[in-house]
Amino acid sequence: MVDRLRPYRELIGSRIRSQTAYRRSFALDVSGSVMVGLVEFAEVYIIFANVDALGGLDFAGVALVFALAHLTFSVADLIIGHLDNLPTYLRMGTLDAFLLRPLPVLAQLVTSDVSLRRFGRIAVAMIILAIALPMNDIDWTPARVALLIIAATAGTAIFAALFLAAAAVQFWLVEGREFVNAFTYGGNYAASFPASVFAVPMRAFFTFVVPAAFVAYLPTLVLLDLPGPVGLPQWLGWCSPVAAVALWCAALAGWRAGLRHYSGAGS
Amino acid sequence: MFVNGFRRWATYRLALAAGAFTNTVFGLIRAFITVGAIGAAGGTLAGYDAAAGVTYAFLAQALIAPVNIFGWDELAQRVRTGDIAVDLARPIDPQLAYLAADLGRAVYTFIPRGVPPLLVGAAVFGLAMPTTALPYLLGVVALVLAIMVSFAGRWLVNLTAFWLLDLRGVLTLYVLGSGLLSGHLLPVHWFPGWLATAANATPFPSIVQTPIDIVTGRAAGAEALALIGVQLGWLIVLLAVGRLVFAAGTRRLVVQGG
Amino acid sequence: MIISVRDLRREFVVRRPTGRLRRTRTVVRAVDGLDFDVDAGTAIGYIGANGAGKSTTIKMLTGILKPTAGSVQTCGLVPMRDRKVLARRIGVVFGQRSQLWWDLPLAQSFRTLAAIHRLPETGWPARRDELVERLDLGDFIHTPVRQLSLGQRIRGEIAAALLHSPELLILDEPTIGLDVLSKERLRVFLAEQRAEHGTTLLLTTHDMDDVQRLCERIIVVDRGRLAYDGTLPGLAARVGAERVITLDLTEPAPPLRDVPGTRLVDVEPDGLRQRLSFSPHETTAAAVLARVGQLVGVRDLAIDEPDIEDVVRRLYLGAPSVGSSDGGVHAEQ
Repeated sequence: MVDRLRPYRELIGSRIRSQTAYRRSFALDVSGSVMVGLVEFAEVYIIFANVDALGGLDFAGVALVFALAHLTFSVADLIIGHLDNLPTYLRMGTLDAFLLRPLPVLAQLVTSDVSLRRFGRIAVAMIILAIALPMNDIDWTPARVALLIIAATAGTAIFAALFLAAAAVQFWLVEGREFVNAFTYGGNYAASFPASVFAVPMRAFFTFVVPAAFVAYLPTLVLLDLPGPVGLPQWLGWCSPVAAVALWCAALAGWRAGLRHYSGAGS
Repeated sequence: MFVNGFRRWATYRLALAAGAFTNTVFGLIRAFITVGAIGAAGGTLAGYDAAAGVTYAFLAQALIAPVNIFGWDELAQRVRTGDIAVDLARPIDPQLAYLAADLGRAVYTFIPRGVPPLLVGAAVFGLAMPTTALPYLLGVVALVLAIMVSFAGRWLVNLTAFWLLDLRGVLTLYVLGSGLLSGHLLPVHWFPGWLATAANATPFPSIVQTPIDIVTGRAAGAEALALIGVQLGWLIVLLAVGRLVFAAGTRRLVVQGG
Repeated sequence: MIISVRDLRREFVVRRPTGRLRRTRTVVRAVDGLDFDVDAGTAIGYIGANGAGKSTTIKMLTGILKPTAGSVQTCGLVPMRDRKVLARRIGVVFGQRSQLWWDLPLAQSFRTLAAIHRLPETGWPARRDELVERLDLGDFIHTPVRQLSLGQRIRGEIAAALLHSPELLILDEPTIGLDVLSKERLRVFLAEQRAEHGTTLLLTTHDMDDVQRLCERIIVVDRGRLAYDGTLPGLAARVGAERVITLDLTEPAPPLRDVPGTRLVDVEPDGLRQRLSFSPHETTAAAVLARVGQLVGVRDLAIDEPDIEDVVRRLYLGAPSVGSSDGGVHAEQ
């Protein structure tokens, strides 16, 4: 089993070595990403400098939603965010080089890079999470602890699937990078705030089409034992793994279709 | 140079459409968050009711393209590769040449990337826009000044390329700072005291907050003219400093034999 | 048979904008019915003009592109379907694209490839050392690939492609841009690999000398179709391709019109430089030189070989070729 992973260990290992080799620019990148995390949180902070509640949650609650959304997004970005370089790989013939190797193309693509500088945002999100959790005075049961872990894992999987689907689209729409940003970065933005602020159609979109609400808001409802808005009962907070699996099936199907299209086996 | 800037951006049609789509989605999300906040505040927040808040969100999104909030490093690249020598050899003043090109780009991208979010915002929420002509006339002036102030700031940031090897850190900081303090994320009028003071000490609110305030009629008459005056002031200062720093930078380049 | 191709076809649909709004749709037949077999251990020169369909064929042989029609088998496998299994048995080198890791040293690329091909930890270093020695990579094996010269990079790519000892080595324009000495060293190396390991070689190239030195069989493809399949002398003979000898004379002389077996191509105004062309199966360079030497004093001379483009062009202007040309626009590669 360990031997099966040998190629991937080697591939990722060399990327990590290559990135950390330039210490000063790596440090700059990480601090840049810390700044990004802080400025994004500033939006929450500014709102709550003026009001006491947003979408039915107080500052602690919204901070929790924000932290969970940003943590899962940044981890997914670390692992798979470089997939939006696909047009460059297509242009440079890197995908052909992948096809000539005895490994699955997607696995090679995922291990072709690691965005270590995302660690800055991850750190900021973890700190906010660490502060928000006790601030919310949660009634901790084993079930709720499990839910937190499940939600964090499923949330990461959801964003990873979004990145994959976004990459698959690039097989057809080569200049489509900004278009898919609406779903990946837009999804992150929508996930960072309570879905109850959205009007019903938008709420439905960001729950059942792009499962942003499943990442942070719905699990937070369970943790805080609050009722959800119209159309989103609290128990959905347990269903983020379902959303993750469904989205992954769709994303993988899209990826395979894209690869077939590239190899001329599709259209 | 104006027409050239215009034409270069004319080739990115698909990218413009994609950009308009993304702007619209972000506009929608931002509008709902804004309305949520205003609702929680009891219907008005710092003088914004729900309609005004929504209008603000969509106008801020529509302005992204023209004022080019998300960074521009063309000048820095040219300094790094040495192509800047070509610009220096031309008989046109480099700063003004780039300014003209930037204005061309802004005009060209404004409609394809700016109008769709406004249309969607109007359809979904209804925008609260003034019915008289004066705010729009003053608004155009403010917008043009905003584009130029934004350029002047980005020009200065790019000039650090004469001294720094890697511009990424400075550029990220600038984009973040200007994004927040300009009022792009949330109106500066909502900032807590200390942050509002900090923002007003920078040219950034002149780039987003001011044109929006004027075109929506929030700032009218004498107040609008005062804001335009502030824009002009920042423009002159930034351009002047930009010229000095540019001269210093090119001197350094020549001395180094670059 | 290590390669087996039957009625292979590949079409592309190209949409070109005409005017501001409309677009036309053209079907380009990059490969239009190819048939050939290759036995293990042979060396094939696969030549054709740019856009003739060479790279498309290679992509179909290696599993990168799926044929529109027809069948292809490489190492007894269907390339697209059995891509990963096939990848262990073939090595591919693209002269104009790199498969190495750009920002890392060559040595690291070898390590990674050994891991990817799951080469036994105890065995592969020996193979690597053999390749490093034969291709003279020792001086730059620890340099990042992007800092290597073209010649160094190509040698690295070939070593990388041979690390897992494939049965079939496919090279797409490997000598393009190399200087004469590097080309020769590369040819020597490839000939040795064939002799020692029985590796089958499929080489696409524009360089006739590559073909002459390495390959015993030539396949010429033109506009997606097979134009010739045989030996190089056979091809030159079929086409009547001529070699051109340029003579620098010691003193001006009248035009040399009557040297047997030759045709006067041109004379420079001062009569000091004259060019004669001759066909290899009518006479030899030595015979021509001997006769010319009897007529005039020769200070210097040069011989130009027929180039591939010329040969291929003659192939079409000459005999009514295999399959007439109707339909199918000139393909983009």
